Amino acid sequence: MSLVRFGPGDDPGPNFGELLRRAGMGPFAPPPDGLLLPVPHATTCVAIRCSGGVVVAGDRRATSGNLISHREMEKVVAADRFSAVAIAGAAGPAMEMVKLFQLQIEHYEKIEGTSLSLEGKANQLSAFVRSNLPAAMQGLLVVPIFAGFDHATGAGRIWDFDATGGRYEERDYVATGSGSLHAAAAVRLGWRSDLGPVEAVTLACRALWEAADADSATGGPDLARGIFPIVATVDVDGFRRLDDGRVKSTFERIVEEVQER
Amino acid sequence: MSMPFYVPPEQMMKDRADFARKGISRGRALAALQYVDGIVMVAENPSTTLRKISEIYDRIAFAGVGKYNEFDQLRVAGVRFADLKGYQFSRADVDARGLANQYAQVISQAFTHEVKPLEVEILVAELGWSAADDQLFHIMYDGTVIDERRFSAIGGDAEAIRSRLDERYRPGAALADAVKAAVESLETGDRRISHDELEVAVLQRDGDRRCFHRIDPGSIGQILS
Repeated sequence: MSLVRFGPGDDPGPNFGELLRRAGMGPFAPPPDGLLLPVPHATTCVAIRCSGGVVVAGDRRATSGNLISHREMEKVVAADRFSAVAIAGAAGPAMEMVKLFQLQIEHYEKIEGTSLSLEGKANQLSAFVRSNLPAAMQGLLVVPIFAGFDHATGAGRIWDFDATGGRYEERDYVATGSGSLHAAAAVRLGWRSDLGPVEAVTLACRALWEAADADSATGGPDLARGIFPIVATVDVDGFRRLDDGRVKSTFERIVEEVQER
Repeated sequence: MSMPFYVPPEQMMKDRADFARKGISRGRALAALQYVDGIVMVAENPSTTLRKISEIYDRIAFAGVGKYNEFDQLRVAGVRFADLKGYQFSRADVDARGLANQYAQVISQAFTHEVKPLEVEILVAELGWSAADDQLFHIMYDGTVIDERRFSAIGGDAEAIRSRLDERYRPGAALADAVKAAVESLETGDRRISHDELEVAVLQRDGDRRCFHRIDPGSIGQILS
């Protein structure tokens, strides 16, 4: 590997994807035609806007057809200090997309000396989803959620995407993945405009519980192995993943409530 | 057809070296030294937007003196090199030595083959897992790489700054003491450098993945007061 330098006319600027293409490592090559083998798919994630920021949560299960292929997938990750990305869809391309997205944000920051705006980051992710469209047509769909704290508005903001790279800013909450129907219904019933961060965490966990309860591809809290969904908050202090102990106690309360029904 | 005059290679190298040195000594110098939590870099730089010290990768920083546009191009090439390597292999495979050698290649190529040599000197610093593993690579305008220990100075008058740093350097110094030592070493004769003309950044062993942090001008004032 050598130090690549570009002329003034063909400099890729802060665009890491373009740099990869120039280096012959272009991402998102469409898969060959024909039948695809079953590949792991990751499932349900939710994001909820609350006072002072956002809460993002996702289960840990990946499935290939009817089989559980991974129990410890990390579908909710920090994109940078003030934003999070949650993914559903084909696990391989999805994890690659997240890695590229994190790199792109950091690369831009280093080259330009300033961070991308939150809107700019959402737009960048939408370009990545769009680049994945040929693969999506063959079953390798990736549908992320992007959420972050916007210093310009002083509030949390959330976006969801469709396979074509369509980018939609949502006002209150969003869910993605195979259990999204159930998760979104649970959030819709519990959502209020004055939701605080603690209540939003409980609501996100409840949404994941309902999704896991009704959708076989969504994993619930795994008490036997001590594996819990990932719940993270993004606020003025940045991205923070809740520790497993706190998530565990939240789910224990949900279990108690369910038992009392 | 006109014949070019014969210039002996010794003379040509000397002329080019003089040219590069002259360009570099027009700008202000820069010092880097180890302190208790890592490596601190201090540059005299009145601009708050055109940086001399920047982040390359998780544990690697870049500092340049001389012509801004020339060392900034090298910085950008370094960020690209590091990000590509980290993407292709692993973040742990990106190291300062490889980067310093790449810089040496580009700079020496320009020194001997291009119309004019680059009027830059650069420093590539890597934060090790312990102070003993810290690395400072000083790359000269002709591509010479020098592996330095404890501290380094680049730019015009670097020799004098280095000898002043040698007197003031204390192993395991606190950040404020290290910055003071660097500033005193950069000051020549009666010239005093005001804190709003300083650019200070650290590579800090604080457990973060990205170890590079800028010290904002307000904090520099507090440190030096």
